[in-house]
Amino acid sequence: MTANVIFEKLRARFGEGIEFQDNSLLPFIKVRPDSIRKVADILRNNPDLGFDSLMCLTAVDNPANFTIVYFLFSMKHQHKVTLKVETPKDNPNVPTVEKIWSAANWFEREVYDLFGVKFDGHSNLVRIMLPDDWEGYPLRKDYQYPATYRGLPL
Amino acid sequence: MSEKLKLDNRSTSIVKDAASHMAEVVVGEEMLINMGPQHPSTHGVLNKVLKTDGEIISEVFPQIGYLHRGLEKIAEKLNYHQFMPYTDRIDYLAAMNCNLAYAMAIEKLAAIEVPKRAEYIRVIMAELNRIATHLVFMGTMGLETGAWTPIVYGFREREEILDLFEMTCGQRLTYNYMRIGGVSDDLPNGFVDKARKFCDVLEKKLVEYNNLLSYNQIFIDRMAKVGVLPADLAVDYGVTGPALRGSGVKWDLRKNEPYSVYPELEFDIPVGKGELGKVGDAWDRYMVRMREIEQSIRIVRQALDKLPAGDVRAKVGRIFKPAQGEVYVRAENPRGELGFYVVSDGSANPYRLKIRTGSFNNLSAVPPISKGMMISDFVITLGSFDVVLPEIDR
Repeated sequence: MTANVIFEKLRARFGEGIEFQDNSLLPFIKVRPDSIRKVADILRNNPDLGFDSLMCLTAVDNPANFTIVYFLFSMKHQHKVTLKVETPKDNPNVPTVEKIWSAANWFEREVYDLFGVKFDGHSNLVRIMLPDDWEGYPLRKDYQYPATYRGLPL
Repeated sequence: MSEKLKLDNRSTSIVKDAASHMAEVVVGEEMLINMGPQHPSTHGVLNKVLKTDGEIISEVFPQIGYLHRGLEKIAEKLNYHQFMPYTDRIDYLAAMNCNLAYAMAIEKLAAIEVPKRAEYIRVIMAELNRIATHLVFMGTMGLETGAWTPIVYGFREREEILDLFEMTCGQRLTYNYMRIGGVSDDLPNGFVDKARKFCDVLEKKLVEYNNLLSYNQIFIDRMAKVGVLPADLAVDYGVTGPALRGSGVKWDLRKNEPYSVYPELEFDIPVGKGELGKVGDAWDRYMVRMREIEQSIRIVRQALDKLPAGDVRAKVGRIFKPAQGEVYVRAENPRGELGFYVVSDGSANPYRLKIRTGSFNNLSAVPPISKGMMISDFVITLGSFDVVLPEIDR
């Protein structure tokens, strides 16, 4: 199934509130943060869609917002789709999809660690790459490099 | 107490008896043990906090990040060509494969056509590198089970591959051989003959290795039925590469989502069948890699035969600016899927570059299958996933 067909199927089940952008290199479906869990649930559990694998989850620091990108894949049907969720800069907050794909646990921790995006309902949202007492979120565009860490010059 | 001690992943009844005896006499309390950051079974720096009751593990908390270098941040500061050497450092045992995946991502983003000869050279290099890293795996898996000989043999044959790489690009570990649009230089004189000769030698040696290690009864007793990873769990955690195929899932990006010239070459995908234990146990994961070496030899031979003449590099500007857009490109690396998500804002540097690695997801699937395991089996389980830490931490 192509991304376009998947979108039509999703809209039939889900209704309005999702958008499709037919980008030639990477077509994606834009989802509102409050509906991502429902959309994810349909994508995973509908037998025609059957997205059993979360290949990758990451974030992009865009000028206007943080965009969380989900790359989904179906082992059974061999088709894939990309989802995007936008969340504001001042209080970035997206519901977790950890219950739907276990792989999301670590991916979301990494996004939290490096971008500071919070995932509501995550079972263990702590830093994964950096030390627990690290300040700031390095992959943000406005990140200021620290001069010292625990009194040690960097 | 004994309820918790389900020892179904043990193969010999003697150990089972000893463990149940131990469970009866030792009424211990749970304690936390740090295994690492330095430990012989980890290839890199990884700390595992084990919650144990005596020898039995009840939970594992991997702590990663010791080798976090912020490659994704570095990428935003460099232009597209300049990031190539950094990809060598993603999986230092399979730098060619990492080079290839990165080059493919940028070529797709900037719509660059790669000459046929370059594609064939890339495949030869990627497959030789796959053999090299699987040979290291064979050796280290031997070490994990207490066999000290295989690593010497594994490294001996790997050395031949490193010689081939050295005569091609001058490096033995971080090759930086591929370029966006092709490879840096053509193959040197004598490479094809030397590579052919190596394939013949390795094919014979593989039989020896299988006799020495793979079908060694002591090795089988340690590996079979240990660390069983069910297929659905593997997919749920995003496990890829030989670890996924060990669980019986016939999934290989070289076949399922063909790239480069793989469609023109013949090879099979070995999968775990649970021949000596259960599907998805440590031995299956091990054997999948050993069989992949055979397939890689097949691929290298065919690619050497078919190697066309022509250019090895497309014309790409020193500083080029791909149009605004984004791609996600993935390749089958020795440790699973290596994916590059690249966002271009139209400038000479990537706006965002995400590296999705096989080891990251493969390691995340280790804790759920390690519950109720003995510590010595945990070493085997972790070893059989063949994680490389710089790839996880990036």
